[in-house]
Amino acid sequence: MKFGVVIFPGSNCDHDLIHVLEQVGGQPVEELWHKDTDLKGCTHIFLPGGFSYGDYLRSGAIAKLSPIMESVIAHANQGGFVMGICNGFQILCESGLLPGALLRNEKQLFICDNVYLKCENTNTAVTHLLSSDKAYKIPIAHAEGRYFADDATLEKLKANKQIIFSYCDANGIVDEASNPNGSKMNIAGVCNEGFNVFGMMPHPERAASADLFNEDGLAFFQALLTEVSA
Amino acid sequence: MSAAQQEATLEQAKDLGILPEEFEKIKEILGRTPNFTELSVFSVMWSEHCSYKNSIVWLKKLPKEGPMMLAEAGEENAGLVDIGEGLACCFKIESHNHPSAIEPYQGAATGVGGINRDIFSMGARPIAQLNSLRFGNIETDRTKWLLKGVVKGIGDYGNSFGIPTVGGEVYFDDCYETNILVNAMSVGILEVGKEVSAIAEGVGNPVYIFGSATGKDGIAGAAFASKDIGEDAMDDLPAVQVGDPFWEKLILEATLEIIETGAVVGLQDMGAAGITCSTAEMSAKSETGMRIDLSKVPLRQDDMLGWEILLSESQERMLAVVEKGREKEVEKILEKWDLTFAQIGEVTNTGNVEYWKDGKCEAEIPAESLALGGGAPVYHRTWKEPEYQQKINAFNPASIATPADLKSVAVFLATQPNIASKRWIYNQYDSMVGTINQSTNQSSDAAVVKIKGTKRSLALTVDCNARYVWANPEQGTAIAVAEAARNITCTGGVPSAVTNCLNFGNPYDEGVYWQFKNAIMGMKASCEKFGTPVTGGNVSFYNQDSKGNAVYPTPTIGMVGVIEDAAHITTLGFKNEGDVIVMLGESKDDLGSSQYVAKYHKEAHSPCPHFDLDAEFALQENLRKVIREGLIQSAHDVSEGGLFITLLESAMSGNHGFEVAQQSEMRADAYWFGESQSRVVVSVKPEQLNDLKSKLDIPFEVLGTVKGENCTIDGENWGSVTSFSDLYLNAIEQTVSK
Repeated sequence: MKFGVVIFPGSNCDHDLIHVLEQVGGQPVEELWHKDTDLKGCTHIFLPGGFSYGDYLRSGAIAKLSPIMESVIAHANQGGFVMGICNGFQILCESGLLPGALLRNEKQLFICDNVYLKCENTNTAVTHLLSSDKAYKIPIAHAEGRYFADDATLEKLKANKQIIFSYCDANGIVDEASNPNGSKMNIAGVCNEGFNVFGMMPHPERAASADLFNEDGLAFFQALLTEVSA
Repeated sequence: MSAAQQEATLEQAKDLGILPEEFEKIKEILGRTPNFTELSVFSVMWSEHCSYKNSIVWLKKLPKEGPMMLAEAGEENAGLVDIGEGLACCFKIESHNHPSAIEPYQGAATGVGGINRDIFSMGARPIAQLNSLRFGNIETDRTKWLLKGVVKGIGDYGNSFGIPTVGGEVYFDDCYETNILVNAMSVGILEVGKEVSAIAEGVGNPVYIFGSATGKDGIAGAAFASKDIGEDAMDDLPAVQVGDPFWEKLILEATLEIIETGAVVGLQDMGAAGITCSTAEMSAKSETGMRIDLSKVPLRQDDMLGWEILLSESQERMLAVVEKGREKEVEKILEKWDLTFAQIGEVTNTGNVEYWKDGKCEAEIPAESLALGGGAPVYHRTWKEPEYQQKINAFNPASIATPADLKSVAVFLATQPNIASKRWIYNQYDSMVGTINQSTNQSSDAAVVKIKGTKRSLALTVDCNARYVWANPEQGTAIAVAEAARNITCTGGVPSAVTNCLNFGNPYDEGVYWQFKNAIMGMKASCEKFGTPVTGGNVSFYNQDSKGNAVYPTPTIGMVGVIEDAAHITTLGFKNEGDVIVMLGESKDDLGSSQYVAKYHKEAHSPCPHFDLDAEFALQENLRKVIREGLIQSAHDVSEGGLFITLLESAMSGNHGFEVAQQSEMRADAYWFGESQSRVVVSVKPEQLNDLKSKLDIPFEVLGTVKGENCTIDGENWGSVTSFSDLYLNAIEQTVSK
């Protein structure tokens, strides 16, 4: 097992993610430069948050064309683990590795806030240590995080249990009031049909330290160290 | 001879804002009449913004030395303070008022960009940002437009750049209707001994420009910032720069990487006055010179004249002096980050900055004559107490009737935009990137950021109640420093040092100058008392409209403090049912300059609230002692809105109600809503109350207990904490979206 974090120009959560992955994994994390195509033997590839290439066209639209993404897409297509957080999620949707798209927030404003997540499928590589009864306090920070897909896709995602996280309130209630950005069905995170590519808008790496008085996000990464016990 | 090389005229000088006597002085320095390019260079370097010509005499009175200081004010782009464990903190606040008043989005965005470059050009990685904003009446369409634009500008730039915005303050008062204030602060960290200076040493060393290409934006922005905002201010729109946070992020990473090679001799960012300022200041500091070929500067458009290139304030550009022979090491890194760069000249020993274009020398000026503390003019201005002071002195508290229903005053104040939650604003800023913000999940009076890899945290705050300063500039400014220190002390930190942003009206107005010099004296006294030297900052004059209406004198204080141990971090929310609520300090029968008097009773003229520097110092010493001994559960200082709002904020933050009663004989409105200074509300476990009392050698009052879900004052329920919370949290958003 080896973790690698892709660094695009404009990535700004790369080192936050590396810090947590090194703490959890107990080994150095590879930095994968956007101009390279070598994944350096990494088994788990992470696309961090930030504003890749400035995100001036559309979030993630340029990043998907970078040399490293060719290798990341190939890795994913062979069943390799890929996880995108925030801008990373946007890039995965733009690349076609995940279904749907992330639109501007309903109120058209950037939102940085603690929100709560309900885990909708506790049987995946990222979520098998989570409980479906707990509301996880995980922050969001995005202007384009409103998850959208057509109804047929949404139905399919639901049927296949590809919806991983929904926005909820502190008591775990998933409703309109607990939807921070207008996402369809309160969707905060999804995975692909093969359950090897994951994307989420909230930042578990920002909730994984006793120093910050919130460790709700730690289990998301600890889960990667052990097998899913089905 | 080109037009640029013809002798300049006095008329041209006047058009550029140069006084006739200054024109004579320029001729004296050069020993000849300057050409237009040279005159343009002098006009920006001798502008108020760059030369501090009307303020420097007074700024020199501020304390600059302290045991923790590594770089003094004016020595470098930003102050440098030793924070222990081999680390230094580099921080500065700067204004971007004028551009923001006519183009709020870009004005605010480039303010954020500029202040961050000041920090990383010293070799420090920025870790946190704060801002201090002033707007006019929140109900007007103009203010809403400005507020939305400024907040989006700060957010879009800071969020993309990727440094968390962790704190700030926002006030709304009519005096800022035309002239808003946008002050941005950045805080960075570096290893002691690794700082980079803005110097140009080593004759023959190559000079590089890197970052964005140079365009026609922001030409003479420094000169624009050195005059009042009149009806024709929109004509200055081209003086506003355009920001690109993505470039800034790349430049940050590239800059820190090239510094790491050791091949960089000196570095300065390009802010006000662009290439002119950076080349002149670096040369002056090293008593060298530079020969710059403007033909080599990468341009966005190819028809730019020499003086336009020199004065352009295009953003996201840096100037570096590199050790000769090591160019390739540096170039390789700049290429890695896909930055535009060029070697545009070299260091000389002539003492002059020479600007060449197409093989011709367009300007040649002694560097020293352009730099701050060099040849730039220094003025001693006269002052006079302004007339409005008489109205303040005539204030009679008896003219303010105590309302029968104090509960409705409480609701009014909780939703008043100067007091209500700024959530609608700060939620648009990424406050958590970097995973160091320790205030995300628990609030304190100052923002707390973790220094990774150490036991330490920094406590950061910006403060200035300008209404107090307007009422009494000396005392009001002393209060601004004291409040900043109090916020840091309440958070469990030790105040280290100050950066200031001095926002005033036109210095040629004697009343404004009276405010200015008194503010400096108040700042001096307070900074000396708290042992917090002023490490740098900036002066922004001319914050007034064409009718001569100046903003309140607003000397914003940015302060950094060190929290040596995580155990000292103290938060403001009540913690446990049954805890005893104690107010440290003394209640005064004082309504002066309170939000209650100014906004509820609409009486603008009343004195600065009571303040005693020695009592304040004793309060903070006592508070620090009881925090370190683990005797208190929460601490929150009494500020805008008075004691009631302080209690309410502790209640909302901790999600607990309270029952309290008035402890001293005085007007009830003064007791609950007055803003007399040097008071802190703490909560304490009942079993620790006697211990706490025995440790205090200052006055205090036991107010009541943390209890239930309501705010109960003198036996009357003023409302539930959740109902107040709803009003408090949503007031600004509701007004803005109306």
